Amino acid sequence: MKDRFNLYRYASPATFYPLAGRMIPYFAALSVLFGLAGLYLGMLVAPTDFQQGEGYRIIFIHVPASWMSMFIYLVMAFWAAIGLAFNTRLSGMMAQALAPTGALMAFLSLWTGALWGKPMWGAWWVWDARLTSELILLFLYIGFMALTAAIDDPKRADKAGGLLLLVGVVNVPIIYFSVKWWNTLHQGSSVNLTKSSMAQTMLWGMLLMALCFWMYSIAVALLRARTIMLERERHTDWVKAELAGVER
Amino acid sequence: MIYWNSLSDFLAMGGYGFYVWGSFGVTVLIMALEPIMAARTQKLTIARLKRQLRAENRNTAE
Amino acid sequence: MLKIVTAVIGRDLKLAMRRQADIVSALFFFIIVVSLFPLGVGPEPDLLRKLAPGVLWVAALLATMLSLPRLFADDHRDGTLEQLALAPHPLGLVVTGKVIAHWLVSGLPLALIAPVLGIQFDLSADALLVLTGAILLGTPALSGIGAIGAALTLGLRGGGVLLSLLVLPLYIPVLIFGAGAVDATVTGLGGEGHLSLLAALTFASLGFAPWASAAALKIALE
Repeated sequence: MKDRFNLYRYASPATFYPLAGRMIPYFAALSVLFGLAGLYLGMLVAPTDFQQGEGYRIIFIHVPASWMSMFIYLVMAFWAAIGLAFNTRLSGMMAQALAPTGALMAFLSLWTGALWGKPMWGAWWVWDARLTSELILLFLYIGFMALTAAIDDPKRADKAGGLLLLVGVVNVPIIYFSVKWWNTLHQGSSVNLTKSSMAQTMLWGMLLMALCFWMYSIAVALLRARTIMLERERHTDWVKAELAGVER
Repeated sequence: MIYWNSLSDFLAMGGYGFYVWGSFGVTVLIMALEPIMAARTQKLTIARLKRQLRAENRNTAE
Repeated sequence: MLKIVTAVIGRDLKLAMRRQADIVSALFFFIIVVSLFPLGVGPEPDLLRKLAPGVLWVAALLATMLSLPRLFADDHRDGTLEQLALAPHPLGLVVTGKVIAHWLVSGLPLALIAPVLGIQFDLSADALLVLTGAILLGTPALSGIGAIGAALTLGLRGGGVLLSLLVLPLYIPVLIFGAGAVDATVTGLGGEGHLSLLAALTFASLGFAPWASAAALKIALE
C-alpha cells in the first residue's frame, strides 16, 4: 500500500518537477562518464575488425542509437498505456518529452548506418530490412510529433498521441516482419551490421556507449518534461511558487 | 593498451576516417545541440511565464 | 448488432450517392496517377511489367487516402457524430459500418478498374486476376487503418496532410503483401502466400481498427 502511495505522489507534477531537477545532473554526469569510458575502449583500445577494418568503429554509436530509438518508442507506448488507463497527467508529458529524442536517435541510426554502408556495401543507402524499419520508425516519431503539435488542447493531444502510440506499437512488429519478408524475397544485402564474433573489448565498449546514450536520453527527456510541466501547469499554485522562487 | 601508434594513424582510421569521423561528428553535434536547445527553451519558457505572472499580479492588485 | 452495422452502411451509401462526384474523382485520380508512370519511365513492356504491382498499389493507397478526411468530418460538422457517440449501441459498431461503406465506395471501384489499368502495363491474365483479388482483399484494411487516422485528426487544422503522415507508414505491410502477391504471380512463384497474409491483415484490422477509431472519436469529441 505504502509503495503505491509513493508512486502516486511522484506521479504528481508538483513533486516530480523538483525531483527531476535534482536528478538531471546525475544522469548527465553518468552519461558523460559512460561515454568517455566507452569511447576510450571503443576508439583507443579495441583492435581493428579483420573483416570491416576501422570502419566498424561506427557501430559504437550506430547500435546504441538504434537500440535507443526502438527502446524510447516502447517507453513512450508504455507511458501512453498508463496515461489512457489511469488518466495521469504526467504520462502524456513524458511521452511528449521523449519523442524528439527518439526521433533524433532514429535519425542518428540512419545517418551512421549510411556512413557505415558506403564503405561496406558501396552505397549510402541499401534497402536492408533493418535500415528500412528504422526509417519507418522515424516516420512514426514524426507522425506522433505532428499530431500532438496540431492539437491545441493538451489533454486531447495526450490522449490522441497515446492512442496513436498504442496503434503504432501494435504495428511495429508487423511492419518489421513484412519488411524483413519483402527484403528476403528481393534478395537484399545479407551483411550484418553487428557481428557475434566480437572481441571482449568491443562488446564492453558498445555496452558502455549504450549506457551513455541511455543516460543521455533520460537527462534530456527530463529537461524537456520540466519545461512542458511548467507550461501546462502555469495556472497552478506550485508553478507560481516555483516561478517566484526562481526570481528570488 | 592503446591500439594506435600515432595520432595521424588514429585520425586516418585506416582509410575510413571520413566515414568514422562523419558519424561521430554528427552524433556529438546533435547530442550537444539537443540539450542546449532544450535548456534554452526552458529558460525562455520560464521567462515568459514569469512575465505573464507579473502581469496577472499587477492586474489583480489594481 | 448486425442491424446497426447495416443501417450505418445503408445511410452512408445513400449519402455517398448524393456526392457521386467525389467517388468518380478519386477513381480518376487513381487512373491518372497510374497512367503517368509509363510516361515517366518509358514504354518498355519488361520494365512496366516489373513496375506494375508497385505503381498500382501505391496509387491505390493514395486514392483511398483522398476520401478519408471526409469519413467522419461531415457527420462531425452537423452533429450526427455526437448523437451516435451518445447512443446506447457501441460506437465501434457504427465505425465498422462506416468503414465498410467507405470501402464500398473507395476500395471496391479501385479493384474493378485495376485490371483495365493492368493491361496498360502488359500484365498477363493470371497477374490481372491476382491484382484484382489482392486489391479486393487489401483495401478493407486500408479503410480500417485509415479510419483510425481520420478519427485522430478530426477537426484539426491541416488534417488531410497530417492524416497521410500518420496513416501511410501503417499502410506499409498492406503495400508489401499486396504488391508482393502480384509480383510473385508475374515471376511465376505464385501469390497464394501473400494473399493469405493480406487476408489476415484485413481481418485483423477490421476487427481492431473500428474500436481504436471509436476510442479516438471519443477523445476528439470530449
